[in-house]
Amino acid sequence: MSAEPLSTEQPSVPEAWVRIRGLRYVRGEQVIFDGVDMDIPRGRLTAIMGPSGTGKTTLLRLIGGQLRADAGTVEVAGQNVASLHSKALYRLRKRMGMLFQNGALLTDLSVFDNVAFPLREHTRLPERMIRDLVLMKLHAVGLRGARELMPAQLSGGMARRVALARAIALDPEMVLFDEPFTGQDPISLGVLVTLLRSLTDALGLTSVVVSHDVQESLSIADYVYVISAGRVVEHGTPQALWQSTSPWVQQFLQGQSDGPVPFHYPASDYRADLLADGL
Amino acid sequence: MMDFLQRLGATTLGVTERIGRGHLFLLYVLGGFPSLLPRFGLVIKQIYASGVLSLLIIAVSGLFVGMVLALQGYNTLVDFGATESLGVVVALSLVRELGPVMGALLFAGRAGSALTAEIGLMKATEQLSAMEMMAVNPLHRVVAPRLLGGIIAMPLLAAIFSAVGIVGGYLVAVGLLGVDEGAFWSQMQAKVDLFDDVASGVIKSVVFGFVVTWIALFEGYDAVPTSEGVSRATTRTVVHASLAVLGLNFILTALMFGDD
Amino acid sequence: MMQSRSVQIWVGLFVIAGMAALLMLSIKVSNIRAFSNEQGYELNANFENIGGLKVRSPVTMAGVVVGRVSHIGFDSEIYEAVVTLNIDPRYDNLPEDTSASIFTSGLLGEQYIGLEAGGAENYLHDGDRIQLTQSAIVLEKLIGQFLVSQADE
Repeated sequence: MSAEPLSTEQPSVPEAWVRIRGLRYVRGEQVIFDGVDMDIPRGRLTAIMGPSGTGKTTLLRLIGGQLRADAGTVEVAGQNVASLHSKALYRLRKRMGMLFQNGALLTDLSVFDNVAFPLREHTRLPERMIRDLVLMKLHAVGLRGARELMPAQLSGGMARRVALARAIALDPEMVLFDEPFTGQDPISLGVLVTLLRSLTDALGLTSVVVSHDVQESLSIADYVYVISAGRVVEHGTPQALWQSTSPWVQQFLQGQSDGPVPFHYPASDYRADLLADGL
Repeated sequence: MMDFLQRLGATTLGVTERIGRGHLFLLYVLGGFPSLLPRFGLVIKQIYASGVLSLLIIAVSGLFVGMVLALQGYNTLVDFGATESLGVVVALSLVRELGPVMGALLFAGRAGSALTAEIGLMKATEQLSAMEMMAVNPLHRVVAPRLLGGIIAMPLLAAIFSAVGIVGGYLVAVGLLGVDEGAFWSQMQAKVDLFDDVASGVIKSVVFGFVVTWIALFEGYDAVPTSEGVSRATTRTVVHASLAVLGLNFILTALMFGDD
Repeated sequence: MMQSRSVQIWVGLFVIAGMAALLMLSIKVSNIRAFSNEQGYELNANFENIGGLKVRSPVTMAGVVVGRVSHIGFDSEIYEAVVTLNIDPRYDNLPEDTSASIFTSGLLGEQYIGLEAGGAENYLHDGDRIQLTQSAIVLEKLIGQFLVSQADE
């Protein structure tokens, strides 16, 4: 215990639970992040937005310690994630939950056993108590009645809610959400949006939502980072963001088809291209 | 010429790297074995998946192989008037070679491919990633029980293959071809040795179970996490595991029966 | 719970079936060695030719297996094979003038050592040598002799 100071004893932590400085990450030839700085405040819902393919999921994996940065630091709860050995990393991960894009439920376990999984792996609680805890978490996401179902029998939205119940099973301090709104019908979307906000408030969670769904993300976030081409383009409260003077941010928020990001993929001159074929 | 050299070099490096990763993978998985003892239920589930579910194909194949052995053996032995030795021929072929080898080949096709597909899909659907984020090591929680399950199931399956095969041979030899029942069994007992033949067959099948399961699990874990990648990995499992079984069988046979 | 119960039952059945198969292979199919090398006592016998005799070939007396060949060596001074027999300790009353011959079971069968008791009053003990031996009959030699005697006539 003495080797790792608890987060509450760290003077620098209270505002920012996750602190990213000068992050650089390269995959193959492609530079995914180049000099990203970010502070994710404790007990708030932070949205990280950006177009597809900007490495938002990669960012979550860097925070969770599944990937290591090529340069710069990612600090979670005052600990540099990249420098942790695997035991300490696993200890840190017990303090965070992650919701994967498609839920990533264990397909050979029922809904109940999926939510019970982290409890059974990490605690020696008696089965009765695990049952109570699981039912409480399932109740919180409104799926107490679905406990006997197998993951294959769930709709996409339900699977995500079960995964959410599983992510909060160990009462983590932070939950990372990977594209929670993608591909949902309006009703499940509404359910998920409400759940995210209410769970963050009720459990005092530090929530990080990675998404490209502008309306939903801005409607619930306390703070927003917009990233593009490996850099933070803009950050601030949702209100501040709408006021942004950056034409790129305006194009992204309003979903315009042409603007700083051109409609056309870079190509040679149209006229010349057509004529070239006629020769 | 340079092109050829470069390609040869690249292939060699690629293969060597993969073999290295396979061994590291095995090392990490074996590290999970001690934690399995208090949770043997996980292993039992895997013995079910790779053992019980392969039982039917193993038993049916064993029966037919034994029956064919008896028919073919009879045709050869009848020329020498040595049909009493039919029991020996059937039993030795099965116990020494066909039980472990055919059993392992069927095991690779039935259980090995299923393991690769299962692990590959778990990777593709981020289940393994999710476990890591839940601070659970998937190599210990998912892969290790499957490896141990395979190592336990394979020798039992091979023994069942041989036993059923001998019964099949008996049915054909005594029932169909009229070989004397007493001679069939007593000749067999006189020539088949518990240690040289039965025990070495068991050792073979333990090794095969280990290698087939290892290859299957590594292929799944190493698969490109797409449906195409998983299907390719499944094919590779069957091909590589079968080749490994046949190659190893030669080495093991040379080691165990070579000085006879 | 029910599911894992049936899984456990199936695995139990599977293990029993596997064990039963192994048991059948070891009892019904193979011969469990009734006595190991440590238990019996050893006799030596020299043969001019042992033919196809192998280590662990049976040693019989009146057709009953009383031991096995435990070692085959070669004495380079007298150019003879030295065969060590391991005899079941139950048969500790073999007379000193017991003879040992190498026989073949059937025309093409495996070779074994047949002991024949003599009439001496003293018994053979661990490490003793059997004096009277008869080598294996080598088929080729026999045929050769037959042809030679035919030609002589």
